[in-house]
Amino acid sequence: MDFDFNEEQKMFKQGVREFFEKECPKSLVKKMMEDEQGNPPELWHKMSQLGWLGLIFPEKYGGGGGNIIDLVALEEEMGRACLPGAFFSTVLLGGLFILNIGSEEQKKDLLPKIAEGKIILTLAINELSASYEAAAVQVEATGDKDNYVISGTKLFVSDAHIADYIICIARTKKGTKPEDGITAFLVDRKSVGVSCTLLKTIAGDKLCEVVFDKVKVSKNHIVGKLDQAWGPLKQTMQQVIIAKCAEMVGGAQRALEMAADHAKQRVQFDRPIGSFPVIQHLIANSMMDVDASRFLTYEAAWKYSEGLPCEKEIAMAKLCTSEAYQRVTATGEQVLGGIGYTTDGDMQLYYKRAKAAELTLGDGNFHRKALAKELSK
Amino acid sequence: MEFKEYTIGEFDTEEQKKFRKEVGEWLDKNITSELIQGTNELRVTAYIPGAREFAEKLGTKGWLCPEWPKEYGGAGLPAGYRSIVAEEISKRVLFGPGFLGGLTGGVAGPVIMEHGTLEQKKEWMPKIAAGAQFALGYTEPNAGTDLASLQLRATSDGDDYIVNGQKMFSTGAHFARYHWLAVRTNPEMPKHKGVSMIIADLKAPGVTVTQLTTIARERTNEVFYDNVRIPKKNRIGPEGEGWSIIRTALVAERGDLGTFPWPKILVNDLVQYAKETKRDGKPLFEDPLVWQPLAQLATEVNILRLFNLRVGWMVEKGIDPDWTAGEAKIYESELSQRIANQGMNILGLYGQLEPGSKYAQIKGNIELAYRAMVVRSFGGGSNAMLRSNMATRGMGLPREPRLVMQKK
Repeated sequence: MDFDFNEEQKMFKQGVREFFEKECPKSLVKKMMEDEQGNPPELWHKMSQLGWLGLIFPEKYGGGGGNIIDLVALEEEMGRACLPGAFFSTVLLGGLFILNIGSEEQKKDLLPKIAEGKIILTLAINELSASYEAAAVQVEATGDKDNYVISGTKLFVSDAHIADYIICIARTKKGTKPEDGITAFLVDRKSVGVSCTLLKTIAGDKLCEVVFDKVKVSKNHIVGKLDQAWGPLKQTMQQVIIAKCAEMVGGAQRALEMAADHAKQRVQFDRPIGSFPVIQHLIANSMMDVDASRFLTYEAAWKYSEGLPCEKEIAMAKLCTSEAYQRVTATGEQVLGGIGYTTDGDMQLYYKRAKAAELTLGDGNFHRKALAKELSK
Repeated sequence: MEFKEYTIGEFDTEEQKKFRKEVGEWLDKNITSELIQGTNELRVTAYIPGAREFAEKLGTKGWLCPEWPKEYGGAGLPAGYRSIVAEEISKRVLFGPGFLGGLTGGVAGPVIMEHGTLEQKKEWMPKIAAGAQFALGYTEPNAGTDLASLQLRATSDGDDYIVNGQKMFSTGAHFARYHWLAVRTNPEMPKHKGVSMIIADLKAPGVTVTQLTTIARERTNEVFYDNVRIPKKNRIGPEGEGWSIIRTALVAERGDLGTFPWPKILVNDLVQYAKETKRDGKPLFEDPLVWQPLAQLATEVNILRLFNLRVGWMVEKGIDPDWTAGEAKIYESELSQRIANQGMNILGLYGQLEPGSKYAQIKGNIELAYRAMVVRSFGGGSNAMLRSNMATRGMGLPREPRLVMQKK
């Protein structure tokens, strides 16, 4: 039993924290929320040089050979820093998917470029139904001898507007089971017929509507096997959810610290407000929320890294962490009062990001359903 | 990072294996079916038939306090052997050895070991190791969470104290022989300074024990002291130093409270029930209003498990668990109450049926839990106080300034 990172990971995590404190100030975070591109090039370049963009790729693909617990350490610090940009879309959604089921040729081509910060990748899953279920994949790809033609609209696609490639999850066959007949296509964003519209989102995440209007894709650009993308997609989502939970844990920890710091300094009725039990109890509840999220996330990550079954643990981690992060930041807003409500303050960043993260990759109800399915077995 | 849970006995030495086998065989012969049934029925401490006799038998083997020296009634074994006895009992009895602590001198023993004189050790340790029963005498009508304001007065009279006053919520006082008693020896000193710890004989003249009945139907007591003579040699630690002794004892008690088996058992029972029971023509578990809270509660049971493992991990690493033990205690007590409350809703009209009633579902345990779990959020330290403790100890918030009340 060991609830902590090992010494090497602790040093790594500390290094990441110090780097982001210097290189990713909240002024940059706020600027990127308004910025159309949303991915600060200088920071992206530095992260690639530090090896963080390829941290979880094997060395033979230009990566650092890290495991998911290393990724958790990195993501916690990213969440703490409110890191803007394309790490989630490029490294997690796109990179992990390619790593999991891409051909050797695709891996050799794309992963080193991701690690070097040369390309932006993303994965288009959701559609107008806003569902993560297999049956929701309705965008169609019809094939002839050499090519497929994709038509339909994908929604909530991260960073598609700046992506070099969009991996489009499309329906290639209407079978009896909705999980069958789903295929992933690597689409060059500059292909004829692809159009992106940036959506305005609460936390400044760059989510797009991507319309595929008879977009022609070569058969060679299928990622994985024809009609069988759903399984590998689910597996990739497991890793991405663990990473997202770690990001939320890092953010929640910081929001808790900010609320506690404010409670120690802010004087009303001639005493620091943190000496009032009403405030102490809000802080104690947030501490429990953060600890619960942290340990569930760590346990899920550890089980995944050991190759143990972890469907339940991942569902528990996401359902708890999503809702806990939201509560912790709402408590932060309450403790900070007016200054938390202004855009000058930083608590608002966490408050908004928490809600966006809660909705991403399945909210509490989605994962309670997944867990109930496991419990009913 | 590693979340592997060790299986019991995985790291035993050859000698420990032998000891474990011996204990196991003895337990198989001496744990009665009524003891097992009593704990399975989720009865509360001290109400398990046969538990007292079992504790005394365990005492004759020296296994109630296995690491104590033989002359004190222990088995003179190294420290790790206590957990072997505890683990082997846990394999056979639902509550594990927890029920023994409340029955015997489980709280008094380690304190006497640390603070007692040689004479006191010789007198009390063998009694405790043999299973002598103690009741706790802390709380009073006007001293609950603010325990240090206790008023039960012990006046010096030669070699004795004359004790007058009242204790409340003294569970087990009607059958225990001894009272682990916090008294005020000096009313002139500040309230934390004038307290002493003594052992009182509950059969002494002037002691009256009257019944208080809780909503869990568990009996607890008021204990009245009317000019009761207690020899000074029964005082543990120096006069006026009782407060630090109580605190040591409270920490030991609180550490045990979080590791409570009910939440997991009750949620498993509810899931099973919802899968097997049909209402309006379909399994209850297919109703989102049923699976939603159950999936949530199952998650929270796992969170509790992780909180407890974390406390254990800190102890193992030699780190003071500090407020994290309180965190686990708060979480357990409130989760237990949520489970009972939501469990009753899932059972619907059946939810109100008591254990033993015709048509009672899940043996009536959810209904019992709804009543019995109330005590856990204020017993062993109120959750309100523990939350403030978390925030001040864990996040460095300033303590609340004390308000000085004018005395009438």
